[in-house]
Amino acid sequence: MWTNIINASVQTLYMVFWSTLFSVLLGFIPAVVLTLTAPDGLKPNKAVYEILSFIVNVFRSFPFIILLVIIIPFTRFIAGKSIGTTAAIVPLTVSAIPYIARVFETSLRETDRGVIEAARSFGASDWQILFRVYIKESIPRMLNGIILLIISLIGYSAMAGTVGGGGLGDIAIRYGYQAYNTEYLIYCSIILIVFVQLIQMAGNYIFRKLS
Amino acid sequence: MIELKNVQKSFADLQVLNGVSMTIQDHEIYGIIGQSGAGKSTLLRCINGLESYNGGEILVDGEPVSVHDRQSLRQLQKKMGMIFQNFNLLNRLDVYDNVALPMKFWGMKTKTPEAKKKIEGLIELVGLSDKIHARPRELSGGQKQRVAIARALVLDPEILLCDEATSALDPAITREILSLLQEINRKMGLTIIVVTHQMEVVKQICERVSFLKGGSVLAEGKPEELFVRPIPEVKQFLQEESGHLPSDGVNIQLFFTNESSDEPVITMMARELGIDFSICWAKLEDFRSSIFGSLVINIHAEDQQKVCGYLDEKKVLWEVLNDVD
Repeated sequence: MWTNIINASVQTLYMVFWSTLFSVLLGFIPAVVLTLTAPDGLKPNKAVYEILSFIVNVFRSFPFIILLVIIIPFTRFIAGKSIGTTAAIVPLTVSAIPYIARVFETSLRETDRGVIEAARSFGASDWQILFRVYIKESIPRMLNGIILLIISLIGYSAMAGTVGGGGLGDIAIRYGYQAYNTEYLIYCSIILIVFVQLIQMAGNYIFRKLS
Repeated sequence: MIELKNVQKSFADLQVLNGVSMTIQDHEIYGIIGQSGAGKSTLLRCINGLESYNGGEILVDGEPVSVHDRQSLRQLQKKMGMIFQNFNLLNRLDVYDNVALPMKFWGMKTKTPEAKKKIEGLIELVGLSDKIHARPRELSGGQKQRVAIARALVLDPEILLCDEATSALDPAITREILSLLQEINRKMGLTIIVVTHQMEVVKQICERVSFLKGGSVLAEGKPEELFVRPIPEVKQFLQEESGHLPSDGVNIQLFFTNESSDEPVITMMARELGIDFSICWAKLEDFRSSIFGSLVINIHAEDQQKVCGYLDEKKVLWEVLNDVD
């Protein structure tokens, strides 16, 4: 039993780590575009903002379990296969990108207008304002968003069992619930709780350090 | 020199600036005063190109300020440091890095010995050497504004624009910040433009002032000229009441300027003319280092000519107050 649980824990961490990394990297770009083109942004552009915003909303409205199935062809194209732990990273990332785009957009747009104006009064270019003011000032808020993302990805990764992704959620259902092995359910749950607590604590610590 | 010629500005169909003209000389401290919504802050933002304007002309040292020419606007912005009501410091940078920030926008190194010397020198000038690595949230409002002042000076500007810079500070701190601005004006020869709704600010440091209302300049001159003997709009702004003046007899308001306030004109007049009158209202005010005052006396109608003649002779400015509300 413990070998199973340890393997499953590693699988969960593996899926969560890579999908977090990819979604943060890929979600950052639409977040910046949304921030720049927003009505109060540096380069307001209603068309770009509305269209991108619509796409983000569409992807966010899919329940994860459905998205998982719908994008199987895409998963196969990217990962070379549609089942397994590595393959599960693709739908996890796809579902997390619009989430992180929205969270980062909100974080960036919370930057004090006055500070942006001050930067402009000293002759800062739009790029300098983006990097030295918007992003610099938003890092703690964005970090908070990432922590929330990791915690929801831990939850979503439990559903990855549907495509043979493995992980703690998967064995809790298969061995614990379906095979009447209550111990599995309990241990898996405890480990998940510990994961979430540790991540939240680490997040709070880094947030304090950064802000 | 900053010249504004008939500057017009509107947001949608709201006319904010309605033909503003003024000339600000080098090295002077110039005030722009008025109520909220008078267009003062917008005017200041037009001067350094944070806002565009629809008509007229703004020249800084003969060069037009235009938001359409990004390159020359940037050069002009380098000449003009700006401080704000809410300080607008970056929360995640310490005092040193906040002061250094404008240099980074200009691609200058901020850790070289010369840069260090300069930045530390400015931090010393504003009296925060012991807080050099503090973050803004560890500072009080007055200290934050000092950091903002050091930041505004780091690009060696010729002009310092102050947008309600003391409005969020209490009176004692306001005085400290104003003396600092005065010191900078004297030591470094900066031209300072102060936008404010606080009379105190204008009285304490401004050499000349414009009174703005509804996007137009209603009065311009030395603060003592504007406020000791105010036009009706300024009076309304000051919310100054001469109290309840007697309804019989004649009420005359006297204005004492720097030269005339030494002589005891009032008691001399009573003695020399052999008349009686009552003093109904008086005030004395400090303008920078000089004292100016104003006094309302009530006299009998038959003495009016004698009194007015006497005041003219003594070169005291006066006016008859009719039907005071």
